Amino acid sequence: MSALPPDLAADAALIAIRDLHVTYRTPTGTLNAVDGVNVDLAPGEFLGVVGESGSGKTQLLLAMLGLNAPGARLTGSIRFRGQELVGAGERTLRTLRGARIAMIFQDPMTALNPYLTIGTQLTEGLRHHQGASRAAARRRALELLDAVHIPEPERRFAQHPHELSGGMRQRIVIAMALICEPDVLLADEPTTALDVTVQAQILALLRELRSRTRAAIVLVTHDLGVIAEVADRVLVMYAGRVVEQADVHRLFSDARHPYTEGLRRSIVPLTGPLPARLPSIGGNPPNPAALPPGCAFAPRCGYAFERCRATPPLLEPVAVGHASACYYDGPLGRPP
Amino acid sequence: MNAVRDAADEPRGDVAADAAPTAGQWRRSWERLRRHVPALVALAMLGLVVLLALLVPLVSPFDYATPDWDALYVPPGTAHLFGTDGLGRDLLVRVMWGCRVSLLVGIAASLVSVLIGVLWGGTAGYVGGRTDSLMMRMVDILYTVPFIPLVIVLTVLFGRNFLLVFVAIGAVSWLDIARIVRGQTLTLKNREFIEAARALGLSNATMIARHVVPNLLGVVIIYATLTVPTVILFEAFLSFLGLGVHAPLASLGTLLSDGAHHMKSHPYLLTIPAVFLTLIVCSFSYVGDALRDALDPRELR
Repeated sequence: MSALPPDLAADAALIAIRDLHVTYRTPTGTLNAVDGVNVDLAPGEFLGVVGESGSGKTQLLLAMLGLNAPGARLTGSIRFRGQELVGAGERTLRTLRGARIAMIFQDPMTALNPYLTIGTQLTEGLRHHQGASRAAARRRALELLDAVHIPEPERRFAQHPHELSGGMRQRIVIAMALICEPDVLLADEPTTALDVTVQAQILALLRELRSRTRAAIVLVTHDLGVIAEVADRVLVMYAGRVVEQADVHRLFSDARHPYTEGLRRSIVPLTGPLPARLPSIGGNPPNPAALPPGCAFAPRCGYAFERCRATPPLLEPVAVGHASACYYDGPLGRPP
Repeated sequence: MNAVRDAADEPRGDVAADAAPTAGQWRRSWERLRRHVPALVALAMLGLVVLLALLVPLVSPFDYATPDWDALYVPPGTAHLFGTDGLGRDLLVRVMWGCRVSLLVGIAASLVSVLIGVLWGGTAGYVGGRTDSLMMRMVDILYTVPFIPLVIVLTVLFGRNFLLVFVAIGAVSWLDIARIVRGQTLTLKNREFIEAARALGLSNATMIARHVVPNLLGVVIIYATLTVPTVILFEAFLSFLGLGVHAPLASLGTLLSDGAHHMKSHPYLLTIPAVFLTLIVCSFSYVGDALRDALDPRELR
């Protein structure tokens, strides 16, 4: 997409994010949660966003719904089908939320209201946005419960959240997000709170839904393994910036950023002897209110040299559909 | 209470009928309540007292005000079931009037204080920020106003007025509810399902009505049922001091106060109103406790 002039790329995209900044004023200074991010999301695309806690990935997601915490300042541009969302009124955003852009939350234990039945919560969005009748909404909800593989949908419809298991609830949360047939589905770590086996089921479900519906999916996670399972394209975020962006195969075969490489090496192999010490990236993520002047990853980077510590590298294309923000262009492997 | 019963009596519709949160939920709550034996006993007791309080003054040949000089201090017996007081007035009718007044004051003042408290505390908690600080500082200031002197001043200014008792009690008891509801709203606001409702594009009003209020209901109901006995005791206390309802009308408080003067010679004048007061207060506490359990859908069956 870097081949097209920016305007054309933005018009072709479902969601086009240009130079997005999300900042918070704190007593210790201005905090850049998202720091100049550019992304295009194509219709039907499955985009993965990886990064550690505090890398700004959730803030990026919330910005697309205008749901950042009060006090957040958004600058730049987020265009959904050409409509500008940054600075749009609450009323405009409300007509999009749930209807065109829907969100799947992280923890199915708390994302459902304990006092309302599954049916009520499931049909709420449909009835609110499309004014569907109770009977029509119910029909649609039962279809969806079936689509997310919930057995006995009729019985589940009348139950309360506490009567369902965690995996079941996450299926409900997914069904809730899908009910208005949104164009974009935002998923914030949808599998983190689940058992590993249930995790695999939910990922399989997402992959299946993605081929059945035409919705584009943005999946945010800290788990590169999850990304490898489902995503087409990956953004790697660090300290509010995109440090590498590539198609999922390229990212695993030919990572160019030392941080991506570090994340990749942190995946524990399932076969063979277990390493004596689990691989990890040394050091801690930087304080977002006091970023170093150069590359934010430089203090933890084995390849860093002088230039890295002086000025931050920009995201530059390294191949078609592959960009990395790093000055080092030698081979990655063992740090020198 | 009626709402619970009505919903429970509705025919068991198919699942489509209770897609609305209420019908199915009320029915389940009622089923849970029905298994709580102490609460049912308390509920029956309360119903009996209310029924007696309403009917007895209507069918009795006596009224609460007219003295009968030929029947002073008649002990409980066939002519006067609960006996008569020092002016020959039938104690049964007077106690029933007392129950009417006490229940009315208790329920009305509690409703008023719950209404103000929920609106005030809910708004402060939901809106947050400066509004919250301002509203809660006002509550803090009102907390510092001493209650008894306030009532005395009000009585001096406006005379002894039945309405005044409501106003005075209501003005004080909403403060607690406002604080509780505010705290509850603050924690609710940060729960993920509220965020999820916002991500669904619901308006503020819909979100409050469907996601915030139902989650406050349990706390508010138990607090309201606990407020009723407190208010009744408050009124009894005010009447005991001579600041509440005035003769010849009686509340349980004034009857107790009168009875206390003749405790040694005519103990029934004290014990009978005391038994009724205890019955009412205990019943409300039990019902409140059971209601809280019954209204929580997570309660195990």
